[in-house]
Amino acid sequence: MNRRTLLASAALALGLAGTAMAQDDTTKVGFIYVGPVGDGGWTYEHEQGRLAVEEHFGDKVETVFQESVPEGADSERAMTQMALSGADIIFTTSFGYMDPTINVAKKFPDVKFEHATGYKRADNVSTYSARFYEGRAIQGLIAGHMTETNKIGYIASFPIPEVIRGINSAYLHAKEVNPDVEFSIVWAYTWFDPAKEADAANALIEQGADVILQHTDSTAPQAAAEKAGNVITFGQASDMGDYAPMPRVSSIIDNWAPYYIDRVQAVMDGTWESKDTWDGIGPGMVGIGEITDAVPEEVKAEALAMKDAIAAGEYHPFTGPINKQDGTPWLAEGEVADDGTLAGMDFYVEGLTGEIPN
Amino acid sequence: MIHLVKRPQPSRVWTAVTPLLAVVLTMIVGGIMFAALGKPPLEAIRTIFWDPLFHPQFAAYSRPQLLVKAGPLILIAIGLSIGFRAGIWNIGAEGQYIMGAITGAAVGLAFYPLDSFIVFPLMVIAGALGGWAWGMIPALLKVKFGTNEILVSLMLVYVAEAWLASVSSGLLKNPEGRGFPGSRNFQQYDAGANTEVIAGTGMHWGVVAAFVAVIFAYVLLTRHIRGFHIRLTGEAPRAARFAGVNPGRVVIFCLGLSGALAGMAGLFEVSGPAGQITIDFNSGYGFTAIIVAFLGRLHPVGILLAGLLMALTYIGGELAQLMLGLPGASIQLFQGMLLFFLLATDVFTNYRLQFGQGETA
Repeated sequence: MNRRTLLASAALALGLAGTAMAQDDTTKVGFIYVGPVGDGGWTYEHEQGRLAVEEHFGDKVETVFQESVPEGADSERAMTQMALSGADIIFTTSFGYMDPTINVAKKFPDVKFEHATGYKRADNVSTYSARFYEGRAIQGLIAGHMTETNKIGYIASFPIPEVIRGINSAYLHAKEVNPDVEFSIVWAYTWFDPAKEADAANALIEQGADVILQHTDSTAPQAAAEKAGNVITFGQASDMGDYAPMPRVSSIIDNWAPYYIDRVQAVMDGTWESKDTWDGIGPGMVGIGEITDAVPEEVKAEALAMKDAIAAGEYHPFTGPINKQDGTPWLAEGEVADDGTLAGMDFYVEGLTGEIPN
Repeated sequence: MIHLVKRPQPSRVWTAVTPLLAVVLTMIVGGIMFAALGKPPLEAIRTIFWDPLFHPQFAAYSRPQLLVKAGPLILIAIGLSIGFRAGIWNIGAEGQYIMGAITGAAVGLAFYPLDSFIVFPLMVIAGALGGWAWGMIPALLKVKFGTNEILVSLMLVYVAEAWLASVSSGLLKNPEGRGFPGSRNFQQYDAGANTEVIAGTGMHWGVVAAFVAVIFAYVLLTRHIRGFHIRLTGEAPRAARFAGVNPGRVVIFCLGLSGALAGMAGLFEVSGPAGQITIDFNSGYGFTAIIVAFLGRLHPVGILLAGLLMALTYIGGELAQLMLGLPGASIQLFQGMLLFFLLATDVFTNYRLQFGQGETA
C-alpha cells in the first residue's frame, strides 16, 4: 500500500495525471540495456543476471527490460517510463546512463536505481562495477607465455579508465613472464560492432600479433583469429565458449547474477541502501572461463595459482614497483594501488607505447 | 497481364493517399510479424500508436516527449527537403548535426561559468554555423570540382563522428569528470541550457525553431522567387538555366541551409535533452530525418506530420518493448516497413495499373 501512495505522489510531483499501478505482492525489477540481449557479450551477461533473478524469486518478482537503448535523452525516457510502469528497482547497465539515471532518480525518490560502472550516487542511486582488471592480469600472464612473435594485439573500445586499467593490467603481467612482449593497441571507439572489430583483429594479425585481447563485446575477433589460425584469443564479458579450445583459450566472464539477486532481496526486505560496489574474482563477480588444453599444463597451473591468490586477497594486480609511461614512479616496491587512482586511471604504465587518444 | 502505364501527370490523389496507405499496410504487415513473434498483434499496434497519446499511466509523460523526439527530426527534415526539391541530395545531415552540437557546445563551455542571457543565443548561432560549414564542404566541392554531394556528405558523417569521439575525450572533456569522456552537463549550467519554454510541455527552444522552420519553408517554397528557382532546378534543370538560375548558387544555398538547420538541431539537443557531448551523442536523427522528409512528401506541413508520426512510432515502440516485451529489432523493422511501403505505393503516383493487353505501340 505504502509503495502505491508513494509512487502516486512521485507521479503527482511530476505533474502527471494517472495512477501508478504497482502491485503490492510482487517486486518489479527493470533493466536498461545498451546493446541487444543477443550480443553474446556485455548485455548478454546482464540478461543472464535478469533471468537468474526471475528464476531465484519466481512469482515474487516481475522483470522488464529494454534493449539497445541509446545513451543520453532516449535512456532518460526509457527509465522514466519504466519507473512510471511501477518498477521498484531499475538497473541501468552502461556508463553513459549516469546523468540520466541521476535525473530520473530525482523525480522518483521511492524507486531504487543501480547504475553500472559510474561514479555518481544519490540516496536512491547505487553504483556497481566489477574488477575486470583482475581477470586481465591472468589473461596477460597466459598471453605473455603463449606469444611466439612477442606481439600482442589489443582491441580497445573507448579511452576510459576501465579500459585503460585492463590494458595496464594485461601488459604488466605479460611483461613479467616475457620481457620482450610488445602491445599494439587499436581504439575501435565502439563497444559492439562486429565489422569494425573484425577489421581491427585482422589488421593486428597482419602486423604479426599472435594473441588478440579484446575489450569489445562481439565474437568477431574470435572468428577472425580462427580464420587466421595460430592466433589465440580470450572471451570478453561472456565465455564465448563456441570458439574453444582454439582460438579462445580462456575468458573473462561478468557474473552479475549474485549481485542482482542480493539487491532485489534487499528491496524486498526493505534494507536497500545506496552504496558503491566494486567486486572482483573473490566474490565471484568476475569469472575466469575454462583454460583450454591449447595452453600448456604449467602455464595453466600458474594462471590458476594467480587466480586463487587474487581471489584470496593475497595478490593485487597493481603491486609496485610500477612506473608510469613517462618513467615517473607510481607505486613503490610492495605498494598497492588505491581504488581512487584505479577508478580514474588515465595513464599507461611504463613500457607501453603510443598515447591514450584524446 | 498487368501493365504499369506512366501517367501524363503525377496523380494528386495518390500523392495524398500513399502516406496513409503506407501506414495502414505497415500496421497490417507489422501486426502479422508481431503475431508471428507470439505477441498479440492488435495490442501491439495499439501500444505503438494509441498508448503514447492516451494511456492513463504514460500519456501525461509521453505526449510532451513526442515533441522532444519530433523537434530535431522536423528541423533537420525541413532543411533536407528543400535540397531534395532541387535534386541536391544531402545525406550527411547526421554529420552536420554532430558538428553543430560540437561548435555550439564549445562556445557554451568556453563561457562557463558566466551567467549571462547572451550565452545561449551565441551557442545557437555557433551551432548553426558549425552545421553550415560542414555542409559547405560538399557544396563547394560540388560547385568547384563536380564531386558527388551524396558521397561526400555521407563520408563526412564518419569524419564528424571521429571529431565527436576526439573532443569528448579531449578538448571538451569535463575537467571534473574523473577522467571519463564527456563534456560538462548543460542541464547544470543554466545560462547555456536549452530549457522548456513552457514547463512540462516538452516545448524546448529546438521545438520552437522546428515550428518556425516549417513556416519559413512554406513561405520560401510558395511565395519566394528563390523557392521557385529551387523547385524549377529540381523539376526542369535546363529550363531553370534558361530562366537565369545559377545552379552553383542553388547548391550552396541548399546545402548551407540544410547544414545550418541540422547544426542547430544538434545544438538544441546537446544543450537540452541530451545535456552533454559524449562519444556516442548522435543517435541517428540525421538519417531518420531523411525518412521523415520523404514520408512528408517534401512538403513543410507533411514533414511536420511525418515527424510527429515518426516520434510516435519511437515512443510507442519503446512502450511496446516495455509492456509487451517486444524485441527492439522488431520495432526498427516496423519503422523500416513504413518507408518501404511508402516507396512501394509511391509507384502509383506516377504510374497506373492497366489490366489485360497493353495498347498496341
